[in-house]
Amino acid sequence: MYSKAEKACFFINNRLGVRSKFRILQPYYQRLMKILVCISSVPDTTSKISFSDNDTKLDNNGITWIIGPYDDYALARAVELKEASGNGSITVIHVGGAESEPVIRKALAIGADEAVRVDAHASDGFFVAAQIAAYAKDKNFDLVLMGRESIDYNSGIVHGLVAEHLGMTAISPVMKLEVNGSEAIMDREIEGGKETLSASLPLVLGCQEPIAEWKIPSMRGIMGARTKPLNVIPAVAASSGLSFKNYELPPPRTTCKMVADSQVAELVSLLKTEAKVI
Amino acid sequence: MSVLVFLETSEGSIKKSSIEALVYGRSLQLGDVHTMVAGNPSNLDEAAKFGAAKIHSISDSRFQSMDSAAYSEALSGLATQIGASVIVLAKSAFTDSLTARTSFIWDATAATNVVSLPDSGFNIKRSIFTGKAFETVALTSERKIISVRKNAVAVTESPASGEVVSFQPSLSPKAFAIKTISTEKTSGEVLLSDAEIVVSGGRGLKGPENWGLISDMAKVLGAATGCSKPVSDLHWRPHHEHVGQTGIKVSPNLYFAIGISGAIQHVAGISSSKVIVAINKDADAPIFKVANYGIVGDAFEIVPKLTQALREAL
Repeated sequence: MYSKAEKACFFINNRLGVRSKFRILQPYYQRLMKILVCISSVPDTTSKISFSDNDTKLDNNGITWIIGPYDDYALARAVELKEASGNGSITVIHVGGAESEPVIRKALAIGADEAVRVDAHASDGFFVAAQIAAYAKDKNFDLVLMGRESIDYNSGIVHGLVAEHLGMTAISPVMKLEVNGSEAIMDREIEGGKETLSASLPLVLGCQEPIAEWKIPSMRGIMGARTKPLNVIPAVAASSGLSFKNYELPPPRTTCKMVADSQVAELVSLLKTEAKVI
Repeated sequence: MSVLVFLETSEGSIKKSSIEALVYGRSLQLGDVHTMVAGNPSNLDEAAKFGAAKIHSISDSRFQSMDSAAYSEALSGLATQIGASVIVLAKSAFTDSLTARTSFIWDATAATNVVSLPDSGFNIKRSIFTGKAFETVALTSERKIISVRKNAVAVTESPASGEVVSFQPSLSPKAFAIKTISTEKTSGEVLLSDAEIVVSGGRGLKGPENWGLISDMAKVLGAATGCSKPVSDLHWRPHHEHVGQTGIKVSPNLYFAIGISGAIQHVAGISSSKVIVAINKDADAPIFKVANYGIVGDAFEIVPKLTQALREAL
């Protein structure tokens, strides 16, 4: 539990806002938790994916862009941690063009304090990780949180690459996160179960549900997000050794063969003799 | 020139998906096939059976803790030592971190979720948009890491010498930064992501007390059990059984969707299944659009009958 002095300190700091130079840091600076949340902007999960330009471009028609669902969990947990500590800051970083700014503003409305957009096309995980690391390297973040993967290119490697760039520890997929001083206690999903781990901050974590519930921005949050800083910075050079060729859609599934509900034996024989899967 | 395959273990044996990665590595035909494995798994002979010329076995007990820092230092060190040009591993919850960190340390390019062998220009196909599409990318770097999607490789035997050599990786002080406090694992059950048959239940089953229907059928088939997102959100089933866009992506030969309407998020997690069977009381449920076989009716009547019919047929 916090002492009266600490609570008073949090109260004053909260009123001042994270960027105020009058914040009370000593002797409670160790409670100031600096969190970087990395967000992707992806087609919403109900989107139908199609391609144009000879299967070399994603067809944007009818696509709604959202914060990557896994990243959204990471952000929600960051907001909870900040609220619990009473004294923290959340920066969101995104690599992408100006068209992703509504998604970044949403992250600010949910509870991030400031945002950074690296102005470049997020060509692959290697490029994105290099940008995040270049930004974060001298900023002493305690936690760098992101989704376990983006749901567009599903590479799942950005958290590990960022950790290596920064010389930090990487853990994924994290489904529960508590911070206790300089130590984090986490649940990591393993196949067929989970394990509880501890590790010292700073950490880079790939997150997934149920680490937190997604947060819906409040009206106050949405209004406040308009004036929060969104800095646009140029990309650093980064090579990857991957070069994109083309997209392809999976072949359409065949039509469904219906079996009467009284004929389960027929279904079994179809699975055996026609589909040959049992 | 050689290929190095990482063999992941679960409950003391090499995972089926790692055997797939081994077959993939062998099929690259880029020299000797080496493997790295920790903890002396009980089915180590499988590695030789599926084409490992050399098995580098780590006995350091600290490797029981799945710390990607230690594993990536070991894997990249071994790859350099044997002069490998490609590292192959099976994509899993653990290997995402491992792939990333190894590619950084070993200065390689990595492609994950790979579903095809490379052509002569090292163009490979990978699954994207959570199973909704594929992309072809060229790996142009000298060193390459390929993380293969489960059930994307047809497993065939091709015995090799399988010489087991002890491997003691040189590790930095940062190698073990994670402390494992406890592990909760359902033992003796088929791993969902590795399963060849999956039986999944949705909200149509009305409550956790009815899950016996699903598990009985799974038992008869030797299948893993899964569920839809609402079911895990309602805590009827644990989260590690959630199949879908933000859960486990499965690619079995046979997938049963029982009482699952087939929201696009669920379909994203099952679309690489070879055959999908849907049982739903709503004839207009979208699951029938992706299913190969369907029965419209009450799961509470159909499933016990189907389980009985399967028991008799198998």
